[in-house]
Amino acid sequence: MHPFSYVAPKTIDEAVAVLEKNGTRARPFAGGTDLLVQARANKWDLDTVVDIKKIPETMSLEVSQEGLTIGSGVPCYQVYNNEQIKKEYPGIVDGALIIGGIQIQSRATIGGNLCNAAPSGDSICPLIVYNAVAHISGPSGSREVAVEDFCTGPGSTVLQNGELLVKIVVPKPNAGSGTAYQRFTPRNEMDIAVAGVAVSVQLNNNGDDFESVRIALAAVGPTPILANKAGSSLSGKPINDDSISEAASLAKEEASPISDMRGTIEQRKHLIEIITTRMIKEAVKRARG
Amino acid sequence: MVQVFENKTSYNVVGTRPIRHDGIDKVTGRAIYGADVKVPGLIWGEVLRSTEVHARIKSIDTSAAKKMPGVFAVMVHQDLADPGTETTRNGLQDVDREFFNIMAKDKVLYKGHVIAAVAAIDRNTAQEATRLIKVEYERLEPVRNVDEATSPNAPILIEDLIGDHLGENVANTNIATHFRHEFGDVEGGFKLADLIVDREVSLEMVHQGYIEPHNATVIWHEDDKLTVWSSTQGSFGVRDQTAKFVGVSPSQIRVNYSEIGGGFGGKTKVYLSPIAAILSKKSGGKPVKIVMDRPSVFQATGPAPGGKVKVKMGVTNNGKITAAEATIRYEAGAYPGSAVNAGAICIFGCYNIPASRIDGFDIVVNKPKSAAYRAPGSPQAAFAIETVVDEICENKGWDKIQFRLDNAAKKGTRRGDGVLLEKVGFEESLDATRNSSHWNSPLGKPDNGKLRGRGLACGYWMNGGGPSTCDLMLSDDGTVMMNEGSADIGGTRASIAMQAAEVLGLAAEDIKPSIPDTDSIGFTGTTGGSRTTFATGYAAYLAAQSMVKELKTRASILWEIDETDIEFSNGVFRSTKESELKLSIKELAEKLGVTGAPVSTTSSVNMAAGGNGYAVHICDLEIDPETGKTDVVRYTAIQDVGTAIHPSYAEGQIQGGVVQGIGWALNEEYFINDDGSMANYSFLDYRMPTSLDLPMIETIMVEVPNPNHPYGVRGVGEVPLCPPIAAVGNAINDAIGKRIYEQPIKPGRILDAISKD
Repeated sequence: MHPFSYVAPKTIDEAVAVLEKNGTRARPFAGGTDLLVQARANKWDLDTVVDIKKIPETMSLEVSQEGLTIGSGVPCYQVYNNEQIKKEYPGIVDGALIIGGIQIQSRATIGGNLCNAAPSGDSICPLIVYNAVAHISGPSGSREVAVEDFCTGPGSTVLQNGELLVKIVVPKPNAGSGTAYQRFTPRNEMDIAVAGVAVSVQLNNNGDDFESVRIALAAVGPTPILANKAGSSLSGKPINDDSISEAASLAKEEASPISDMRGTIEQRKHLIEIITTRMIKEAVKRARG
Repeated sequence: MVQVFENKTSYNVVGTRPIRHDGIDKVTGRAIYGADVKVPGLIWGEVLRSTEVHARIKSIDTSAAKKMPGVFAVMVHQDLADPGTETTRNGLQDVDREFFNIMAKDKVLYKGHVIAAVAAIDRNTAQEATRLIKVEYERLEPVRNVDEATSPNAPILIEDLIGDHLGENVANTNIATHFRHEFGDVEGGFKLADLIVDREVSLEMVHQGYIEPHNATVIWHEDDKLTVWSSTQGSFGVRDQTAKFVGVSPSQIRVNYSEIGGGFGGKTKVYLSPIAAILSKKSGGKPVKIVMDRPSVFQATGPAPGGKVKVKMGVTNNGKITAAEATIRYEAGAYPGSAVNAGAICIFGCYNIPASRIDGFDIVVNKPKSAAYRAPGSPQAAFAIETVVDEICENKGWDKIQFRLDNAAKKGTRRGDGVLLEKVGFEESLDATRNSSHWNSPLGKPDNGKLRGRGLACGYWMNGGGPSTCDLMLSDDGTVMMNEGSADIGGTRASIAMQAAEVLGLAAEDIKPSIPDTDSIGFTGTTGGSRTTFATGYAAYLAAQSMVKELKTRASILWEIDETDIEFSNGVFRSTKESELKLSIKELAEKLGVTGAPVSTTSSVNMAAGGNGYAVHICDLEIDPETGKTDVVRYTAIQDVGTAIHPSYAEGQIQGGVVQGIGWALNEEYFINDDGSMANYSFLDYRMPTSLDLPMIETIMVEVPNPNHPYGVRGVGEVPLCPPIAAVGNAINDAIGKRIYEQPIKPGRILDAISKD
C-alpha cells in the first residue's frame, strides 16, 4: 500500500469535486470495512480517500410519514437499534444485523454495502423488495436509481465518475405488508451468504390472499436479483402451500449462480427454493402481525 | 530416561486450580507478543511471494526495487547460506528442504512461495518495493492432490528427490517415502474374519488457524552476533534453524522469548527469522521486523496434510478383531515431511490387533509445506479407523463401547508400529464413557423437522518426551525464581511451577516462572508433542528435589546436627531426634546467608515418550435436512489425562482440541482452485467455528497415572483433536442414515447424501 491522502469534505459539492478530479484513484470512505481491506489487497490504487462522514446529508437517519431515509454514511448499528425502524422495516434490520460482527456493524454502512455491490451483500435484497431508491449526486446534478438497478456486476454499479451515493430512501410500507430476509451460511454468524432471499408481501384486506409480492435473491448471480416471475406469480393468489411452492420453484429458476468455494450451483439453486418458501411464510406472518 | 514411579493419589498443589502466573500480563495487555516488539532504529521487511502454483523461475530482476527511495536491502535465495545436509539438534521436521521453502531458488512449488525480500524504512515502502521486483516464470502443470501426484505422467515437483520406497531408492517421483509396519499373519487374520469392512476416506488440508500471524525481528550486530524475537513454540529451534540458513553458529544467536498467540504445531517451523537476519545484515545492522498478513499465513504456512486413508478390518462373529490393514497417503505439501509417520503409529493405537499392516506414503504436491497440527497425522487416521469400527458395530448390531472394550489397547498391546504399550487408560476411559450422563441421556427431539444423531469415536496420541531444562533459585523471602525453556502455549508456566511447588511444599504462587532467552537457560526442545508439562515439569521436579537436598545440608549446618537426621515434608524441615528443631522453607530462606552460598539448582532431562493419551468423544448434532446445515448440540470429551496438574487448563486443552476438531469435521478446508491455488485464504471463507457454532464442550477427565512420571503426567493437549472428525461423521450417519467419507462434511455434501435416496 502506498501513501494516500485523506480528505473530509463538509458538503456534497466538495465531495463530488474531489471524486471527479481524481477518477478511479479516489474512493468515497464511509465505514471503510470493505475499502480499507480492498486497498490493502491492492484492489484499488488510491491517491485519495474521501471521508463522507462530515457531510450532514450522508449522516441523516430519518423515519417519517413518507418513508425511511438512510444516509450513505450511517452505520448499521444505528439502523438496527432504531425502535421505529425495527417496528416498521424489519426486513432492513434482518440484513443490517448480520453484516459482520458488532465491531464491523459499528462502522459499516448500508450505503457502503450497496456500493460494494457484492452479489451476497446482505442489505441489498431487503432494500430491493422494499422498493428503495438510491439518491445520487454527481458533477451533472442529482439523480435517482431504483436499488434493483443499482448494481451492474460483482463490485460494479451505475455510479459514474464523480458520482456519490448520498442516501437511500425506502417508501413507507402499507398496512398489511410484511418483509423478511434470511441467508444460508454454514456457520451461524460471521459468514457470507451461500444464498439469500428477501421477500416482501402485500396482503389483501382479509389477509388471506397475496396482493403483490417482491422477491430478491442474493449470491446467486452477478448482482442481487429481483426475481420478477417468482414475485408476480403470487399476485392475487391465495396464501397456501401450492402458491408458495410454485413461487419458490420460479425463484429457483431465476437464480443463476456459479460454483465456487462457498457452494455449488445445485446447492445454491436448491437453497433458493428452500429459503424463498421460508421467507414468504415469514413475511406473511409479519404482515399479519 | 525411563523411570517407573508409584504414583500418589493426593497432593497439596497438584490438582488445584491456581490463577496462572502470566494471567494478569495477558489480560491487561502487558504481555509482549512477537509483533509488539519495538526496537530503536527499526526498519521493516516484506517478502515477494509467488503468484504461480508451480513454475520455474527464469529470472528475478530486483534493480527497480533496489533503487526505490527508502529501501535498504533486497535479497534472494542466493543470499542465504547453504546449510549442506545436516539436520538441527531439534530436528523434529525435515529441515533440510526448508532451505528452499524459506525462499525459492529456481522453482516455486506453491502460490505464496517466497521469492525475494526487501527491507525499507517502513512497512508500506517495503511492500511497494516488492511490487517492483520482476519475476519471469515458466509455468508448469500443478499437482493438486495425492492422486494427481502419483499418476503415471505426473509432473515432478522436486527433480533431485530420491524417494525411499520400502528401502529402494527411486528417482523421478513425487512419493518421498513409502514405508510399511507389519506384524502377525495379516492374510490369515482376514481369513478368520466373519466380516471385513474396507473403506477409504479423503481429507483436504486444514490450517491451525492461530490468530497471531508469524513474525520475526532480527538485529545482525556488528560483531556478527544476532538478536532475534519471534513468536515460536521453540526458541532453540528458531536459533538453530536461523543459524543454519544464515551461516553462523547457534551460539552467535540469542533468541528472546515472546508470548505466542496460538501455534498448535504451526509455530514449530521457521519462516521469517533467516530472512530478517539477512536483511538486517545487508542493511548495515538495522533491526528488521517482518510480520505476515493473513493471506500469507494461509497460503504459505503450516497446513495439516490432506490425503486419503484406507482401512480394512476383519472381525469374528463374537466381536474380536482378527486383522487390520491401512494405507495412509498424506500430502506433505511442497517438500517431504508430512505427518504420515505419526499417522501410522496412531491409526491402530486404540486396539489390540493380532495382525496388522500399515503402509505410509509421504507425497509432495503443489501446496504449502505441511506442518505439525495438534497430534499431527492422527485425526485424519482416526477418521478412517473410527468410521470403519462404527460401521462394523452398526452392521453387527454391537454395542459400540463393548466392542471397543473387547478389543481395547492395554498394557502389553503391540501398537501398529511394533511398540509394546506401557500402562494406559483406554479401558478406564471407555468405562467412564459408558457411565457418563451424556451416554445415558436420550438424544432428545429436535424441532422443525430437523434430524438428530449421536456419534462416538476414539483417538490415540503417543505423546512426546525430549530435552528440557529448569533452574530454581531460592530468594530470601522464601519464594523461588524459576527459569524454564519451554514456550508457554497452554498454561505450562503454571503446570511446571506447580510441580516444583509440590516438591518444595510451597504454594504455586510462591514459584515465579520465567522463560528466558536462549543464552540464559539450558537447551529445551520445542513445545509440541504434548511434552511440556511432562518433560519440563519433570525437570522442575528434579531441580526441586535437588533444592530440598541442598536445604537439608543448610539446616544441618544451622542446627549442627547430622544431615541424615533431618526429614522434609510439606515444606518443613525437622530433626527426627529433637522435636523443637523445625524450620519451614521460608524460615530457612532468611537464614541462608550464615550457612553458605545462595541456593540455586538446575536440572536437565531427556525424556522418553510421554505416556500414551486416549480420548473417547460423544457428539450429538442436529441437521436441517432442507439445507444440510449441521449444529452440534451436545459434546462430551472423555480423556485419560494421567494426572491433571492444573485441571482447568487440562479441561481447556480438551475443549480447545474439540472445537478445532468440529471445525475440521464440518467446514474447514483448503478449497483449491482449478489452477491449484487456494481460494479461501481469509477467515471469512476459511470457515472455522465461532462461539455461536458450538455448545459448551463437556469434559470428563479420567486419571490413570503415567508410571514414567513422578506425578503421573500424560500429555493432554493433542489427543482431544483426534476423535472429532469421526465422532461428527458417525453422528451425521446416525442422523441421516448416510455415511459421508469426504472431509469436510459440509452442507452441500450432506444435501447430496440425503438426495441420493
